[in-house]
Amino acid sequence: MPLIELKHVVGGYGGAPILNGVDIAIEKSDIGVIVGPNGAGKSTTLKAIFGLLKVTGGTIDFGGENIANSLPDKLVPKGLSFVPQEKNVFTSMTVEENLEMGAFTRRDDYSATMAWVYEMFPVLAEKRRQPAGELSGGQRQMVAMGRALMSKPSLLMLDEPSAGLSPRYVIEIFETIQRVNKEGVGILMVEQNARQALAFATKGFVLAQGQNRFTGTGPELIADPEVAKSFLGG
Amino acid sequence: MSAASNSVTKAWDNPVRRGILLFVAMFFIVLAVGIIQGTASILLILTQATAFALIALGLNIQWGYGGLFNFAIMGFLMVGGASTVFLSYPVNMAFWESDGPMMLGRVLAAFAVAVALVLLARRVDRIGITGKWRTAVVALAWFVGYIIYRTQIDPAAAYIESTAGFVGGLGLHPVLGWAFGGLVSAVIAFYIGKISLGLRTDYLAIATIGISEILRALIKNMDWLTRGTMTVSPMPWPTPLPQQLQAAGFSIPDSFVYARVMFLVLSVVILIGAFFLVQRAYGGPWGRMMRAIRDNHIAAGSMGKDVTGRQLELFIFGSILMGIGGAMLATFTQIFDPSGYQPINHTFMVWVMVIVGGAGNNWGVVLGAFLIYIVWIISDPLAQMIFLNLSVITEQLGWGAIPEIDSRALQMRVFVLGVVITIALRYAPKGLIPETVKSS
Amino acid sequence: MDELIFFINRVLISGTVLGSIYALGAIGVTLIFGILRFAHFAHGDMMTMGAFIAFLLAAALAAMGITFPLPMAFVVLPVAMVITAILALGIDKGFYAPLRARGAKPVTLLIASIGVTLMIQGLVRLIFGSGTRQMYVPGESKDIFRIDMSWAGGSRPINITEPQLIMFVVTAIIVIALHFFLTRSRLGKAMRAMADNADLAQVSGINTALVVRVTWVIAGALACVAGTMLALDVALMPDLAFNIVLPIFAAAIVGGLGHAYGAIVGGFLIAFAETLAVFNWTAVLRPLNNILPEGMELPANLSLVPTEYKLTVAFVILVITLLMRPTGIFKGAST
Repeated sequence: MPLIELKHVVGGYGGAPILNGVDIAIEKSDIGVIVGPNGAGKSTTLKAIFGLLKVTGGTIDFGGENIANSLPDKLVPKGLSFVPQEKNVFTSMTVEENLEMGAFTRRDDYSATMAWVYEMFPVLAEKRRQPAGELSGGQRQMVAMGRALMSKPSLLMLDEPSAGLSPRYVIEIFETIQRVNKEGVGILMVEQNARQALAFATKGFVLAQGQNRFTGTGPELIADPEVAKSFLGG
Repeated sequence: MSAASNSVTKAWDNPVRRGILLFVAMFFIVLAVGIIQGTASILLILTQATAFALIALGLNIQWGYGGLFNFAIMGFLMVGGASTVFLSYPVNMAFWESDGPMMLGRVLAAFAVAVALVLLARRVDRIGITGKWRTAVVALAWFVGYIIYRTQIDPAAAYIESTAGFVGGLGLHPVLGWAFGGLVSAVIAFYIGKISLGLRTDYLAIATIGISEILRALIKNMDWLTRGTMTVSPMPWPTPLPQQLQAAGFSIPDSFVYARVMFLVLSVVILIGAFFLVQRAYGGPWGRMMRAIRDNHIAAGSMGKDVTGRQLELFIFGSILMGIGGAMLATFTQIFDPSGYQPINHTFMVWVMVIVGGAGNNWGVVLGAFLIYIVWIISDPLAQMIFLNLSVITEQLGWGAIPEIDSRALQMRVFVLGVVITIALRYAPKGLIPETVKSS
Repeated sequence: MDELIFFINRVLISGTVLGSIYALGAIGVTLIFGILRFAHFAHGDMMTMGAFIAFLLAAALAAMGITFPLPMAFVVLPVAMVITAILALGIDKGFYAPLRARGAKPVTLLIASIGVTLMIQGLVRLIFGSGTRQMYVPGESKDIFRIDMSWAGGSRPINITEPQLIMFVVTAIIVIALHFFLTRSRLGKAMRAMADNADLAQVSGINTALVVRVTWVIAGALACVAGTMLALDVALMPDLAFNIVLPIFAAAIVGGLGHAYGAIVGGFLIAFAETLAVFNWTAVLRPLNNILPEGMELPANLSLVPTEYKLTVAFVILVITLLMRPTGIFKGAST
């Protein structure tokens, strides 16, 4: 049974639906990458899973139940985590407080998780007492990921984690994502750096106009001439 | 039966028919109140409601057309009232024959010196004083200017208050006084707008309520100009007073009815004139631009429209109507009492009128003004009735009669006003007659 | 020396009293703004409501023949705080929450809070009448402590009343407690997180509805303290706090809306500015008359602003702040 399975999901912000039947299935060991042109509904898919917009059709199975239209404060304890693309840190709070907010839904002792996050991002351990707003773009992205990992999710969703980062940081973030995946966290992410991301994706989804166009492993999609021509810029 | 209710629903959905329906309903309410409370009483309510309709139109220009928050309505009503006192109250010879005018001349000179000082200080960057030093020099100039002004105004005020009481009026026609009220309001609105219109809505709300309180503090305490808490009365009417009609042979009840009818007719003529102008402006290109600015500030700004300039226009136009309305109210009640002005009665009530009637729709706002004013007035006797009945019950229960029924019942209307606006916001946020947005 | 004592009595003590009240009120205003993004205009009336609740409880206890060495209204304060907090929750549920659920603009909520203001004002006067009352139950009086200053050459004592002393202590305790709540507790940090970035707080799984409730509880409880203290210091009247809602908002804005510490600093800043502006400097500078040449005496009243215009001081500071530094002294929540 997949970790999460979207079956023909339809949804939007109240007007005309943006998603017109999206199918996605991810295993715990997978890194799923959603690519596609602007307005294809990539970020919208993640938000639909996370209950941030209205799902009007289809099902989203996670952990054996349909979670469509559940709100984040119910989803996070179930093992779902989300890193938004922008404004994804609490700028006025310290790095450590940001991480604590990620653990808000946990009532157990989360110090081991925090140690794990610091181990993964050593630079954050150095700056734990510094307000997140004073960090660089790449470091903020680490804080955002660290915050999302604090709830010990089984599925981590990231909305364009490499947006606005310098090439050096893009590589670092992608390496971190693969490392997180190896520690047993399923990944579902949206990426603009499609080629780079699909290179390590175990599942790739090409969306256009709110529907699946191509599905396969990352390398398969890169190799597909039609995908390459229409969606990866030749 | 079902067909009849169906046609009512249909009429309700059409804004024009809905408006007509509501106005007819209001006519019957007025009629009913008139029969119960008497003709003279309903004429009093209607005349004051007409003045409030004018004021509500002013707020509609600001809030309905421009989305500008104004909590300073009370301040403008006071300015209108004080202005008409100055223009239309009989001349106070005791003042003009004293040293007062000369002392006020010196105050004016001191004021001019202070203004010149500040203006000069603002230009010190020409001689190489810039940045923080310039700010310091400007602040110092403000301080020195203020001291200079105070050295002249304090003795002048004390002198006038002890010899002549206050400066008195100019003895001109009250309608001129109303126009003057509008003019002074416009000038004040210009400066308020210059300072505060760039602010965010919630800051603007606080800023305007502060301005309103400052205007009240000034008018209340400038005894030499406004007589302050000692009040000015009787104010002359533009139409014959009941007393004059009585002298001409009318009976006392008739004199009140006819005098008030004449005043009412004059007010209604002014209201219709203002309504016509405002309505035409709204439908024209100017109104379209205003709505564009209101609905999308940034887009309108990027299209090269002078957003702040246009908003300043709206703020001034709206305030002129408020000033005129405030002047009319003061003239009609024949007394100018600065302590009688309260934010609840004079700012918030106008807001309730506009919200309940339908912000952006002039017909709705006029309807709202009349409706809310009537509700405001009749809440008091209704509450008294309820209290008296309750009092009988409590007496029978052995708890004794309810004390101070009069003053408590008066507060019922404040509560009713609060209930009305919260219900309106929740169930009819666009008002009784919503703004009709033309698709063209 | 007497001049200094006069200054302490008139400026230091009154300024601190006023500052405490402004600060307690402004904390509520600023927290509500930070979490719910609207200017809660009815906050002053929540203070009045809290004071009247304390008054009722005190009267009830006194009627039962219970006495305490402290003012009764102060003894019942914890209970009054709880009741006011519950009422604040009810007001939110009844009047603001439905509008938020509809996605109404902040300005609609601002107007709704005017409606709430009118309802509370109307109800308080309907029930209690519009007269002024004493907050003290029969048999109690406002104790005044006189600190003898003759050891320092002063002929007059420093005066401080019992409610003033209580107010200093209570304000200090509340400010410290609030500091620990916001920086140490899980919910307090969640509140700061939501004020910082409400969307991200939701995404993190923070129960935003709970945070909203906590905000109303704190704002309501602090409003009750401020209202009761003000009534103990002056007197209990229906327009008790409506009149100081402007300086309270000025304090919150000057301190940076959404910033709790800013509200405290803003509260004291506005209070001292007001107190110093209306202070008659002649009383302190009178010894200068001995040095000044003949015929050049200080005027009898040398205050910057006549007392009638005290309110304008808060407003002028507000305007200057808005023009020079719209985000406040501390950078507040700007959107």
